[in-house]
Amino acid sequence: MKVKDVLAATGWELLTPTLPALENEIQGGYVADLLSCVMAGAQPDQLWFTLQTHSNIVAVASLTGVAAVVICEGAAVGADTVQKAAEQGVVLLRSAAPVYETVKQAIALGL
Amino acid sequence: MRVYRADLHLHTVLSACAEVEMLPPLIVTVALQRGLDVIAVTDHNATANAQAVIEAAAGTPLHVLPGMELQTREEVDVLCLFDTLEQAADWQAFVDAHLPALANDVERFGPQYIVDAAGDFVAEDPHLRQGPTTIPLEAAIAEVTRRGGLAIPAHIDRRVKGLLGVLGLWPPDLQAEAAEVSPNLRPSQARQRYRFLPADLPLITASDAHFLDGIGQVLTEFTLNAPTIAEIRLALRSAGGRSARVP
Repeated sequence: MKVKDVLAATGWELLTPTLPALENEIQGGYVADLLSCVMAGAQPDQLWFTLQTHSNIVAVASLTGVAAVVICEGAAVGADTVQKAAEQGVVLLRSAAPVYETVKQAIALGL
Repeated sequence: MRVYRADLHLHTVLSACAEVEMLPPLIVTVALQRGLDVIAVTDHNATANAQAVIEAAAGTPLHVLPGMELQTREEVDVLCLFDTLEQAADWQAFVDAHLPALANDVERFGPQYIVDAAGDFVAEDPHLRQGPTTIPLEAAIAEVTRRGGLAIPAHIDRRVKGLLGVLGLWPPDLQAEAAEVSPNLRPSQARQRYRFLPADLPLITASDAHFLDGIGQVLTEFTLNAPTIAEIRLALRSAGGRSARVP
């Protein structure tokens, strides 16, 4: 399943502009807020679910090669974070639901 | 110009996690016994005991900087150091406006005591001080600096509440003038472990003492004209013969 398909099926918000990475094929997911953990644990092509919105999430998403970042619980995301993500081609999605509910949505889609 | 042995990170009984022995006169006595010239009082999101420690050190060779260990929105701890109580009070008002309105659960977290220079009880701070404020990291550094203070991310190597644990990488645009590494890590080891740290980022150490015996166990030696924020700032840049080194 591609990032754009998940976006269409869940109704999550797309924070970044239309990027080529919306075509990324997703392979499973990863959940953590400590970016040191994400750097060590996240695998390429996973959906990464987090509450962290500091602009470093863009660098960590690039580094790990995750398919997209899903910011949960409707957390506020600064313009600097969105701008960096757009520049680096990282897709930022946002779910209004808490992490647990958001992950359940992804699992229900077969991820 | 002379060397000042400085421990810029320690807690008093205003921090719920500190031992009840962390009282102004005892802190000053131990700091002097350990040969310290400068200490900073850095309670969690709080400055109310700084004045008592300053008063307790009056008439001794120990210089006390008022400060705070702020927790940012991202849950990164940052040392906020000032010259004067007025600056610290202004900073405290800003922090209080960004602190969740929660009561301290004394049973769970411990008491937060405001004390006088003798270490006698003045009041108990009812607000939960431990935990994150809503101030973003970059804004915290800018606001401290604007008030004449010095902002230093604390124990950056710690997984929880340390900048590198929480944010993974050193943010390339961060305006911090120095970073503190944990007492159990030498700055040289930190540079080995975190090769992405900017080469020109000064690294200091401090005790983060929560009990008396911890005070001054690790420290930073500054060569300064006077123990002021302006001089420490210049020393971090090795300006004009000043220096900061971890012995």
